[in-house]
Amino acid sequence: MTAVTRTALTLGLAFLYAPIAVLVAYSFNASNLVTVWGGFSLRWYAALFSDAPLIASALVSLEVAILASLIATILGTLAALAFERHGRFRGRALFTGLVYGPMVMPEVMIGLSLLLTFIGIGLDRGIATIVIAHATFCTGFVAVVVSARLRGMDRTLEEAAADLGAGPWRVLATITLPLLAPAILAGGLLAFTLSLDDLVIASFVSGPGATTLPMRLYSQVRLGVNPEINAASTLLVGLITLAVLAASWLTARRGGAGG
Amino acid sequence: MAAPRPDRIAARLVRLPPLLWLCAFFLLPFAITLKISLSEPATAIPPYLPVLDWQGGLDGWSSFLEALNFTNYLTLARDDLYQAATLGSLAYAGAATALLVLLGTPIAYALARAPRRWQPVLVALVVVPFWTSFLIRIYAWIAILKQEGLANLVLLKLGVIAHPLVILNTDAAVMIGLTYAYLPFMVLPLYAVMDRLDPSLREAAADLGASPARIFWTVTLPLSLPGIAAGAALCFVPMVGEFVIPDLLGGSETLMLGRVLWSEFFSNRDWPLAAAVAVLLLAIVVGPVVLFRESLRGGEDTP
Repeated sequence: MTAVTRTALTLGLAFLYAPIAVLVAYSFNASNLVTVWGGFSLRWYAALFSDAPLIASALVSLEVAILASLIATILGTLAALAFERHGRFRGRALFTGLVYGPMVMPEVMIGLSLLLTFIGIGLDRGIATIVIAHATFCTGFVAVVVSARLRGMDRTLEEAAADLGAGPWRVLATITLPLLAPAILAGGLLAFTLSLDDLVIASFVSGPGATTLPMRLYSQVRLGVNPEINAASTLLVGLITLAVLAASWLTARRGGAGG
Repeated sequence: MAAPRPDRIAARLVRLPPLLWLCAFFLLPFAITLKISLSEPATAIPPYLPVLDWQGGLDGWSSFLEALNFTNYLTLARDDLYQAATLGSLAYAGAATALLVLLGTPIAYALARAPRRWQPVLVALVVVPFWTSFLIRIYAWIAILKQEGLANLVLLKLGVIAHPLVILNTDAAVMIGLTYAYLPFMVLPLYAVMDRLDPSLREAAADLGASPARIFWTVTLPLSLPGIAAGAALCFVPMVGEFVIPDLLGGSETLMLGRVLWSEFFSNRDWPLAAAVAVLLLAIVVGPVVLFRESLRGGEDTP
């Protein structure tokens, strides 16, 4: 590497990580003032764990993220199988647009249009509507991850099983799905973090009593910087980083069969 | 080669659940939004006029079409606020995209030229912040940019400035936030293209006596244009509809469509007008989305 490229990379990564580092550092600050260092302290973490509304909204977020990522994982895996294993079919272009469309649409648009739909069909807004909305926009992300793995997978195993007389379901259950498991899990983890992180869509489709963690944080952030939010953010950053590391470890472990 | 029958049934069963789900929760909502955007302006709560008479057959449709109302779109076209928000969205997203190309290109190039065994780690380092809570990453900048924040503290200590700068709630803060949040979206597709470039092209240019800078300008950069296009589309599209960044980092005069839609919906409760803003947003992003798809397809075709 030349000095120029090394500098570009170092500055780029510093730009990406500095704000997060500042945030994490100040979450351990004893002072009330966010920018004055008053020594190391865990008081904001203690405050965090006695903040009942915040914990309640964290539990709502977890519930939503688990359910939404489960649905998105099933739908996204099926979509990936349709793309990669069942080749051309009528309406493929429409199907592609439907699966990947929600990934690129502006969030405010997805949120508003889903809300108008929920009201139109008379569905009460709450956790269920947030789960539906999150599953809808996460499906495409799961499909991307699983498709990539399917494309790189050795097809001879599936073909051998079919030649030996296994039906399509048997091939799917005994060969394809076990080989896909790491990618499915990785896609599910990505869906989980996306759901956990979403503010805009959830704000549109949620109802009374269903306040997610980002919604709660956002209402506090609007009032200004607050060390307790730094502590909450640090925990969230840690959790999401772990999920991402797990997901990338799962996708990197391509070795074994195929790859 | 015709597929055997059970396979064809399997194929249909496999795509049916995602198809039904996405028709119900993506296609239908969009149709409903389009319809409501053509209703009379009203405050909250449907039904919005006109109501489509499903039983009325052709007559029902034609009376429905005649009663469609373009008032909301006329409001968008005539009102200064919406003009400013549309231009604002395009200007902020356009300027930030240009800035991202300038910042992202050297970073992506450095990634592609880094030692092979380090590349997965370096790419992961670029990806991790992208998965880290968006809201929190923007919130982090408030503490840095505000008047008694870290940036001013450092600049004052270093003697660069004599008085704290006002950065938060200005256009500068919005640009910093947009650039920061979307940098991985620019770097990753660009890296993917640069990484696949045939090194023998660079070597040939070097053998013929071109300097590294000249090789970058005349070989690497032109061949990386599909990656730049993909990255630019990937950044521009969500930035046009951005809500969190202008709301938290911008001032009251920072007008962007996402923010206007939000306040039209949550504060003014004019849902038909909010729906019209949503359709306008879609109309703006459809071009870049198609461009992005084309650039992906181009990438797939080249071996």
